[in-house]
Amino acid sequence: MDKIRTLLVDDEIELITTMVERLEYRGVEADFAVSGADALEKMKYAEFDVVVVDLKMPGMSGPDIIRAILKNYPKIPILLMTGQGMSLEGEDIPKGIVGYLPKPVNLEELITKMREAIKANG
Amino acid sequence: MVVIEKITSPFRPQTSGDPNIAPPKRYRRLWRFTIIMTMMITFIPLGVMTMVNYHHDQKAYDAEMSYMISQILSNTKRTLEFIMEERMSALALIVREKPFSELADDDCLTSTLRSLKQSFGGFVDLGLIDSNGNQLNYSGPYDLKGKNYKNQSWFHQVYLRGIYVSDVFMGYRNFPHFVITIKYDKEDGDYFVLRATIDMDLINRQIYSLDLEETTDAFIINQNGVLQTASKFYGGLLEESGIDVPTHSRNSVVISESKRGNRRQTQGYAYIKDTPFILMASAYLQNPFQHWASRRSELLWFLGITIVILTIVIIYRSTYMVNRLRASDERHAKTLHNIEYTNKMATIGRMAASVAHEINNPLAIINEKAGLMKDMVSFSPDFPKREKSLDLLTAIENSVERCSKVTHRLLGFSRRMDIRKELIDLENLMREVVSFIGKEAEHRNISVNYNIEINVPSIDSDRGQLQQVFLNIVNNAIAAVKDGGRIDISVRSEDHRSVSVSIADDGSGIPKENLKHIFEPFFSTKGEFGTGLGLSITKEIIDKLGGRIEVVSELNKGTCFTITLPLRT
Repeated sequence: MDKIRTLLVDDEIELITTMVERLEYRGVEADFAVSGADALEKMKYAEFDVVVVDLKMPGMSGPDIIRAILKNYPKIPILLMTGQGMSLEGEDIPKGIVGYLPKPVNLEELITKMREAIKANG
Repeated sequence: MVVIEKITSPFRPQTSGDPNIAPPKRYRRLWRFTIIMTMMITFIPLGVMTMVNYHHDQKAYDAEMSYMISQILSNTKRTLEFIMEERMSALALIVREKPFSELADDDCLTSTLRSLKQSFGGFVDLGLIDSNGNQLNYSGPYDLKGKNYKNQSWFHQVYLRGIYVSDVFMGYRNFPHFVITIKYDKEDGDYFVLRATIDMDLINRQIYSLDLEETTDAFIINQNGVLQTASKFYGGLLEESGIDVPTHSRNSVVISESKRGNRRQTQGYAYIKDTPFILMASAYLQNPFQHWASRRSELLWFLGITIVILTIVIIYRSTYMVNRLRASDERHAKTLHNIEYTNKMATIGRMAASVAHEINNPLAIINEKAGLMKDMVSFSPDFPKREKSLDLLTAIENSVERCSKVTHRLLGFSRRMDIRKELIDLENLMREVVSFIGKEAEHRNISVNYNIEINVPSIDSDRGQLQQVFLNIVNNAIAAVKDGGRIDISVRSEDHRSVSVSIADDGSGIPKENLKHIFEPFFSTKGEFGTGLGLSITKEIIDKLGGRIEVVSELNKGTCFTITLPLRT
């Protein structure tokens, strides 16, 4: 399989930059965005196989960012990261999410889910 | 009082059951108030109607008795006056028609007496007395010829009045009699007196013929109150009656109610014209209530039965109403408590979620940083103290994972009102629940033992609600056991459709009388520390999930709760 290209969207810059670095150690081509606008801007200039979005974000919320991305890129698989534990009860989850991971994220599991999502997407 | 308590006990408002828990006095008061007010509203008009009936009956009875006395008096007066008048007229005719010389003749007087006896009856003898009081002639059973009556009061009376009727007396004859004397003025200015003795039997027969009842009496007194005939109530012949001689009246008079000793009586009198006789009649009145009760026995039976039926209906209805009210109040309070409890749990859930979320982000950063460092060490074979560093970083990761489990558990713990089904491994669930309160058990040295059957299937049920159920029961178990006690948790398959979880403790146990009430709302033995809702909500949740809860307990030995849940809710 080709190198995975992913965009991580989270306002926690300390977290996201570290995750990017660790993913690169594992051969994943990763970039990050700290807001919805930032993510949409980066997606204009680069192509990504999978996008990972945090659920709770200030300003444009995770579900709003997902809806905005899916509006422009309806086929792109999106994974959701959440600090809410294993339950998404009561959350406004848009259709099109292919999987979710509770924080703190297990990186190996994240990569597995990325591969599965890309594979399922064809 | 004990009898009344026993009779009314089935009708009394229900209480919580436990004698140690004060019954709701409010409902007792309401129950008593309702019964008393309803009874007053019902029975007061009934009582008033009965009193009115009693009063009317009393008046009617008195009137009836007065009428009876009035009838006796007027009829007897008429008869006696007729008898007296008849005899006086006969004597007046004799003195007018027969000259003195004829009456002075023995044969003529004897013949006249015979005629009087045959025509009128009652005559005993006849005497002819001159103006000096000497009895010139006499016809009768005694030898009274020549007797002088000049100094006797009756002789003086007849001289003044022309006709005189004496009181009853015994005299020589030794039987009760009275005399009628009539004066006749001769043409020469002298006068003579004809004197007839009348047997009192003539009068007595009239009185006996009235055929009076035991409680009624008729008799004659003279104007000094001396009995002229025997009386049932006042004494024998010629005895003092003790009656105050009534004032003269031409007509009969009835005194509707008078007292004689403790007894009520109706009395009347009638003066017999031209005689010293006063006819008296009296009747004792029955005790008013006895009389009323005897005459209105059907009414009294009806009243009694009505009162009994109404009392039963009033007590039954009041009990039913108060119990309904109490049940409604309890439902209302339970709903309020449920809402309060739900709100509390929701608030705790929100707080837990908020705290967990805030902690998760820094935890994730620590995790990622440690992970990056681990990556850097792993990918650098020459990293100094590489193994030690990897161990340390792994320790950090493990700690983060432990923290992460705590935050995830907190996030998972929130009460949901609707059933959200998911596959639940009961062993994991029980361990998770115990871990919430594990510290207390640890501090009190309580051992929690698991006895999990192999291959117990997962159940499709609501995780959050089951957490709440088991947390409540395990909490109760921890509260019941002493320090160093034990709690045994078993999970096993019941059949192909259900699994059961038993939580047994070796604590104080539940008294038998409390055991049947523990699932009732507001039943608590924790005093002010318990709402009495824990087990009632527990049962409600289990019912909602299609399961059942059973409890076995022995005082001072322990309690075992068994919850059976269907594989699919």
